[in-house]
Amino acid sequence: MSWSLWTWILLASVVAYATKAVGYLVPPRWLENEHMTRIAGTLTIGLLASLTAMNAFSAGQALAFDARFGALMAAAVALLLRVSFLGVVIIGAAAAAGFRLVAG
Amino acid sequence: MTLRQSPAFRIGLSIAVATGLYGVSFGALSVAAGLTVAQTIALSLLMFTGGSQFAFVGVIGGGGTGSAAFGAAALLGVRNAVYGMQMNRMLKLDGWRKAMAAQVTIDESTATAAGQKDLDEQRRGFWTAGVGIFILWNVFTAIGAVLGDALGDPRKWGLDGAAVAAFLALLWPRLSAREPVALAVACALVTVLVIPVVPPGVPILIAAFVAAVWGWFSRGPEREGLEPDIDPAKYEDAAHDRERSVEESGGQA
Repeated sequence: MSWSLWTWILLASVVAYATKAVGYLVPPRWLENEHMTRIAGTLTIGLLASLTAMNAFSAGQALAFDARFGALMAAAVALLLRVSFLGVVIIGAAAAAGFRLVAG
Repeated sequence: MTLRQSPAFRIGLSIAVATGLYGVSFGALSVAAGLTVAQTIALSLLMFTGGSQFAFVGVIGGGGTGSAAFGAAALLGVRNAVYGMQMNRMLKLDGWRKAMAAQVTIDESTATAAGQKDLDEQRRGFWTAGVGIFILWNVFTAIGAVLGDALGDPRKWGLDGAAVAAFLALLWPRLSAREPVALAVACALVTVLVIPVVPPGVPILIAAFVAAVWGWFSRGPEREGLEPDIDPAKYEDAAHDRERSVEESGGQA
């Protein structure tokens, strides 16, 4: 498992650098179209929303409704109150740990 | 203008500190997801684009395969190509500088540069934020990874809740209008609906497909979704205030 995970880490890193470099190397007009900019934006929003949902509700291949939902709600309130990124993450952890403690 | 008088330098530095610090949360979450300390450090050094790094460890933590994690990270990095193109046109760099600039082309360095008016300031802002974040992000990733490793059971400390909070916090600044909110809700719903029917990690890729189709047909503002996690504009007032106080004190600072 460990070796193949290293492979994916290195491969993903190469692709991450190549993606950044593409912007500097290809003629601007290749990337300068509305569709490209829009899809880059909607991909970002869609992936982050999906990752939020997956981390909140998945338990392997099943759905679960547990302390992580409490973390999601607490984080949303913190964001509404304009807490900093690190503050929101700490509040999320505290909420999950707290709910778990209460639920036993 | 000396470096200390440059607003772009000061904004870049503030952004670097604010962004670099949250490398601690990436480090801790990455080892909680099951990566080793060395793998965690490698991601920050080599991949160096926060969203993709969180995506990679988020998929692994959710039981997804290395290939699904790779897919999620690669797709979340697509916006960096758009940033690269903008920075290429704005900063007019050559040769090895271009190669270095590519690695530090991320949300925050792009936004810091784009907030400046003349070329020198744009360059100062870009390099200060980019290199500053690179250094601090890596230092704090290592600290977070070692701390996370020492914590033991990640669930006891609520680190699974921290991951949920981190993704919501990355998403939040991009929900500036009705369309991105609708898109986010749609992709979250699709994810939850397909979790029971496809292997772990794959729901993320299905949501990405929905988002790409949405983007193709969208008529909304072009830049939606490309907002930085930490907005340099917020640091501009502070920089200007300091500048004013320097001027008032006779510019001796």
